[in-house]
Amino acid sequence: MNILVCITHVPDTTSRIAFTNDNTEFDKNGVQFIIGPYDDYALARAVELKEQNGGKITVLNVGEADSDPTIRKALAIGADEAIRVNAFPSDSFFVANQIAAIAKEGGYDLILMGRESIDFNGGMVHGMVGELLGLPSFSPVMQLQVEGGNAKITREIEGGKEKLEVSLPFVAGCQEPIAEWKIPNMRGIMSARTKPLNVVEPSDNATHSAISAYELPPAKGAVKMIDADNVSELVDLLKNEAKVI
Amino acid sequence: MSVLVFIETEDGKIKKSSREAISYGAALGDVTALALGTVNADELATAGQNGASKVLHVADERLNAGLIQPYAAAIAAAASEAGADVIVTAKSSLADAVVGRVSMKLGASLVSNVVSLPDTSNGFQVKRSIYTGKAFANVNMTTDKKVLAIKKNAVEIKEDGGAASVEAFSVSLDDSLFGTKITSTEKAEGDVLLPEADIVVSGGRGLKGPENWGIIEDLAKTLGAATGCSKPVSDMDWRPHHEHVGQTGVKVSPTLYVAVGISGAIQHLAGVNSSKYIVVINKDEEAPFFKAADYGIVGDAFEVLPKLNEALKAAQ
Ligand SMILES: Cc1cc2nc3c(=O)[nH]c(=O)nc-3n(C[C@H](O)[C@H](O)[C@H](O)COP(=O)(O)OP(=O)(O)OC[C@H]3O[C@@H](n4cnc5c(N)ncnc54)[C@H](O)[C@@H]3O)c2cc1C
Repeated sequence: MNILVCITHVPDTTSRIAFTNDNTEFDKNGVQFIIGPYDDYALARAVELKEQNGGKITVLNVGEADSDPTIRKALAIGADEAIRVNAFPSDSFFVANQIAAIAKEGGYDLILMGRESIDFNGGMVHGMVGELLGLPSFSPVMQLQVEGGNAKITREIEGGKEKLEVSLPFVAGCQEPIAEWKIPNMRGIMSARTKPLNVVEPSDNATHSAISAYELPPAKGAVKMIDADNVSELVDLLKNEAKVI
Repeated sequence: MSVLVFIETEDGKIKKSSREAISYGAALGDVTALALGTVNADELATAGQNGASKVLHVADERLNAGLIQPYAAAIAAAASEAGADVIVTAKSSLADAVVGRVSMKLGASLVSNVVSLPDTSNGFQVKRSIYTGKAFANVNMTTDKKVLAIKKNAVEIKEDGGAASVEAFSVSLDDSLFGTKITSTEKAEGDVLLPEADIVVSGGRGLKGPENWGIIEDLAKTLGAATGCSKPVSDMDWRPHHEHVGQTGVKVSPTLYVAVGISGAIQHLAGVNSSKYIVVINKDEEAPFFKAADYGIVGDAFEVLPKLNEALKAAQ
């Protein structure tokens, strides 16, 4: 089985979010970058599927050279080879076009990615790629079993879940509990250094949007503490001050 | 401006978030709403209250389940029918999966998590939430057609309209779009849906075990709230996964979020930071959640919650 796993290179979930250059750029100063947590689930499941069925895992990132350590980590976790499309991922349309162009060449049985990135939280790329390739797309996928040319999927719906049967190939946006995150072991880290990481140029440069500026939300006011023996004060505040009940 | 709003229904009723999307669309121009699958026409006419002039209804039974490819095809067809410049939907797990396809079919720019009306003084610029609610970006959409997915609870519902006219709309949907077989659907019955809820009561590891969720449920019932939880709680199967709130779970934006026995890790806060008011109940006065809260009580959940529940009931 030939699996393509698309990963984002995003700030760690504990990062302080700040902007620079007149609020037109994300401030990378002191920020640690990771594989997007949802993409990490997709990768972990791909590794399990490979263990069960054999095959090959290719990781794909659309990003600049600073993504390389994140891509190497994906190789250490168990991907066999990597492709980086050498470009700033300027919008979801641009990224989807790059992924589709690579996917058309590769003949993949499964194209997995996270349900959304944790920087832009769009959650739209899987659908865009599916449409560009004329393949079905599913998200958020919380279980994925493959049997021959068919797959059983569990998809989260609001307030519950739905089980689906589909045939390969397709695109899936993944989330937990599809698999548990995998931590690379020493052997993985060593072998990742020599696995191929092919850098290719973008297939086209079209975008659909441009960010003019970033903003931070206004600071939160101070918390009002209420004595545990006086819960009726909280009720009063919710009713008469916040007016939410 | 001509606007198409895709609306979703839940138990035969138009979802609150879809009414928000219609209200948003009505502030932009003439709204045609689109409903898919079996829905009562009288219910659809109420989209007029929120500002829709017309509702296109594709009463194709195959669309009773939320299937991604046929939904995308139907929305794109309705956008052409309505001559829509802008397609609006509420953000939801179904809409997320569908609108990427719609945008590609229409060659339209797509922006998700939109929190404000566009600024059209110089092009078409919208503000969207990014970094899981920790920041915003102002985005210029540079194509003729635009698709917007609106963040929940970001728009006030307009209710001063009349009845919308409901028209049957037929789309020919090829059988090949229905290759997905749904073998089972599990859904919590009669509960308030977490992503739609005005009030959410969430429990964390501080509740010690699933057998103690009664006090969370009682409080939620009194408040008419949905129940949520932290990630370890759903990881340990104390609660179902669709209740997991945070960075890697459901992002909520209710008017009131009540967090009980949750420490307030940054990944949990990422899912609740757009709540209007936050109440934190935790026995540890050092719990980081208090810094993100509007109101806090330091105390044992097992003592505070029943008392709070009684006080709320007495005040009703
Ligand atoms: C990449 C990544 C993504 C993550 N995504 C999420 C996410 O989406 N959502 C999420 O929630 N977490 C997420 N986490 C996990 C997160 O870091 C925390 O571990 C988690 O939120 C802690 O859950 P908790 O507050 O329930 O438990 P704990 O941190 O164990 O806190 C329990 C709290 O209960 C209090 N308590 C104990 N007993 C009582 C009592 N009797 N009465 C009142 N209070 C009591 C304690 O003082 C404590 O503050 C993520 C982590 C990572 C690394």
